[in-house]
Amino acid sequence: MISVENVSKSFVLYNQGLAEIPVMQGASLKVAAGECVALVGASGAGKSTLMRMIYGNYLTASGRIMVGDVDVVAAAPRSILRLRRETLGYVSQFLRVVPRVSTLDVVAEPLLATGTQKDEALKQAKVLLTRLNIPERLWHLSPTTFSGGEQQRVNIARGFAFPYPALLLDEPTASLDPTNRATVLSMIGEAKARGTAIIGIFHDHAARDEICDRQFDVTQFTPGLAS
Amino acid sequence: MTPLLQVENIAKFYGARIGCTDVSFDLYPGEVMGIVGESGSGKSTLLNCLAGHLTPDRGAVRFDTRADGLRDTVTMSEPERRMLSRTDWAFVHQHARDGLRMNVSAGGNVGERLMAVNARHYGQIRDKAIDWLGRVEIGEDRIDDRPTAFSGGMQQRLQIARNLVTGPRLVFMDEPTGGLDVSVQARLLDLLRGLVREMNLSAIIVTHDLAVVRLLADRLMVMKDGHVIETGLTDQVLDDPQHAYTQLLVSSVLQV
Repeated sequence: MISVENVSKSFVLYNQGLAEIPVMQGASLKVAAGECVALVGASGAGKSTLMRMIYGNYLTASGRIMVGDVDVVAAAPRSILRLRRETLGYVSQFLRVVPRVSTLDVVAEPLLATGTQKDEALKQAKVLLTRLNIPERLWHLSPTTFSGGEQQRVNIARGFAFPYPALLLDEPTASLDPTNRATVLSMIGEAKARGTAIIGIFHDHAARDEICDRQFDVTQFTPGLAS
Repeated sequence: MTPLLQVENIAKFYGARIGCTDVSFDLYPGEVMGIVGESGSGKSTLLNCLAGHLTPDRGAVRFDTRADGLRDTVTMSEPERRMLSRTDWAFVHQHARDGLRMNVSAGGNVGERLMAVNARHYGQIRDKAIDWLGRVEIGEDRIDDRPTAFSGGMQQRLQIARNLVTGPRLVFMDEPTGGLDVSVQARLLDLLRGLVREMNLSAIIVTHDLAVVRLLADRLMVMKDGHVIETGLTDQVLDDPQHAYTQLLVSSVLQV
């Protein structure tokens, strides 16, 4: 489902003395449908960078990244937007939303964007929020004022609202209490069971060992770290 | 799929000085594109060339007309272009007073656009005006007030109602949230996003506010000295800028 082929990336910082920082060299990774792969490596090794490259958030200098039948490296913005709407989900560590939009609408948005009717989308959003223990009295408020853990759960509800065939998870269990952590892990398990290809970053090692089929060490592709 | 707007090699000069040059892009139905750059970068000149307010010195602006498909709006006749700007385009000015008739009631401002596309039934026009004032969160009891009696944020919302009442397909926006305080901006952004989704609008938004484009625009174009220096997905351009100037622009934003 996801196939990363020989990708490289460096950052050029024009305003800091033209520093060129190579961050990834020749990385390749394949993830099949229903498989969950953990990206591992020390902080700064490029786990998040690789994830962002797959999402099209960072440009890739060379190589190919196939998600389904779209090459993210070469695709036009319009194709990537469509890929993100219909195929590739991403649960980031931080929730970024338009101020004033209610939690319910934030969670329902991925469903509305893919053509689900409004009342059905809201119904599913309510089910997810209930499951993730977001109290009903908060549903009509904007999540911008919520606690870190609540925001993280809203973020997860939103990320799991639509059944994407491929999913990127950046620290999905960070700042969660044991009950909610268990819920999130079973949601990831259910996604795997319905054939979603998942790539995740987990600092929570117990969660990683429980949910992931294998690990992928990005350090081997980090220039300057591998040798 | 046919692009709604196909811009090819647009250039506009002010004497020897470059307004904007070598601008090309396609915009598809439902897409929102942001244009950012500092004052004098040519973004407003470009927007005015696209919307038919300025005649470019070079290039073509093809719009997918309902009747005849892609037509170059630069070379079409003035009446044809004016008709398009009433039926298919909308232009939201930075200063609401440039887009409103200040001595006509709020309801009149909205109704006037309907009459320009041949609506004649007074009751229907008034009902539609009330409906649109409601959508932009202006109470029915304000329908007979003039925009001079409105706050800046309300004027801007009224301008949006006036522009969208005829169901345009393409909206040009020039700094739509400029000069409004942040709480009013957030409300306006939320409103615009909802309308874009509901009406499947395409929009081109000129702004210097990167937070606004992050929330509203799918794609981003960065301009400097009349040239397009970088384009791409909005979050990609903001998070992984490739050009020296874009990096400077992004890193200059104060974090709140």
